[in-house]
Amino acid sequence: MATPNPGTGIRYAGRPRPTQSNFELYSWLFMRVSGVVLWILVLGHLLIMHVLNSVRDIDYAFVENRWANPLWRIWDWTMLILALIHGLNGVRLMSDDYLRKRKHRVIATILIYVAAFAFILIGSITILMFRSPTGM
Amino acid sequence: MEVLVRIKRFNPEKDEAPYWAEYKVQAQPSDRVLDLLNHIKWNIDGTLSYRRSCAHGICGSDAVVINGVNRLACRELVKNVGSRIEIEPIRGLPVIKDLIVDMEPFFAGYKAIHPFLIADDPPADGKERRQSPAERARFDDTTKCILCAACTTSCPIFWTNDVYVGPAAIVNAHRFIFDSRDRGASIRLDVLNSQAGVWR
Ligand code: SF4
Repeated sequence: MATPNPGTGIRYAGRPRPTQSNFELYSWLFMRVSGVVLWILVLGHLLIMHVLNSVRDIDYAFVENRWANPLWRIWDWTMLILALIHGLNGVRLMSDDYLRKRKHRVIATILIYVAAFAFILIGSITILMFRSPTGM
Repeated sequence: MEVLVRIKRFNPEKDEAPYWAEYKVQAQPSDRVLDLLNHIKWNIDGTLSYRRSCAHGICGSDAVVINGVNRLACRELVKNVGSRIEIEPIRGLPVIKDLIVDMEPFFAGYKAIHPFLIADDPPADGKERRQSPAERARFDDTTKCILCAACTTSCPIFWTNDVYVGPAAIVNAHRFIFDSRDRGASIRLDVLNSQAGVWR
């Protein structure tokens, strides 16, 4: 819809001028979708690792064997990425909601981005680069 | 019946911190909480300060926290609240005195959504912008906001986040976005779509 420009008189009452970005919309959507997907991934993971198999049987060889199948690597990696971003985005929203000072919010947001980057990197290297020493 | 009214009072010129003042008042079950405030101010302690204007739920001046719930003092009957009534100023806004708060941060969120008709194009017939009853009915609910701030000041995010527009601003954005004569929807939606907007 064409919007006539109501002139330079537009004021945002001392508030930040809205950006044209849809970031918060996609963030909102992502939280809903990833939440549903995580339900399946995490419950499946729990079922396999803690119900169908006893924790006592789970050792290096078990994981090595499982990760020989790309499906489980993709499963684990997707779960890791979604859980990290879902969780840290939740923390970002909470810090926006409940930290009173703008300075604190900026610091929290930077820490959250750094943590997300670091954990995604370490986790991805672990899951995707894993090479079985026994060649399985 | 005898009612114990506890009011959170604060006079910035005298008090270091807010304190609870207690008043024992004779009341009818059909009295409104505003009647109790009036009784206290007129007969017991004239220094008690609160806002009220129309006293009939139209002007939106006397929103206060009554027994923990945001209410209009002029609409809340004693028989529905009980014989022990605690009254505090609405939260998240600076207290000026007693039950009077500075409403500016609330109105800043309201102003941000541009609460006025934006229609710079000439009317179709050159004279007036017609609207069918069905088009008018679409936003009828949200024309009824009296800007009392009861909704926005009950939101914990508004208490801490100084840019969140709050529910009253969203209601008033709806009032114009769904008005068939209005052309400013994208300006309002940009505000609601921002970090301070609806995605919380
Ligand atoms: S929408 Fe909020 S500010 Fe408007 S009348 Fe209702 S409670 Fe009051």
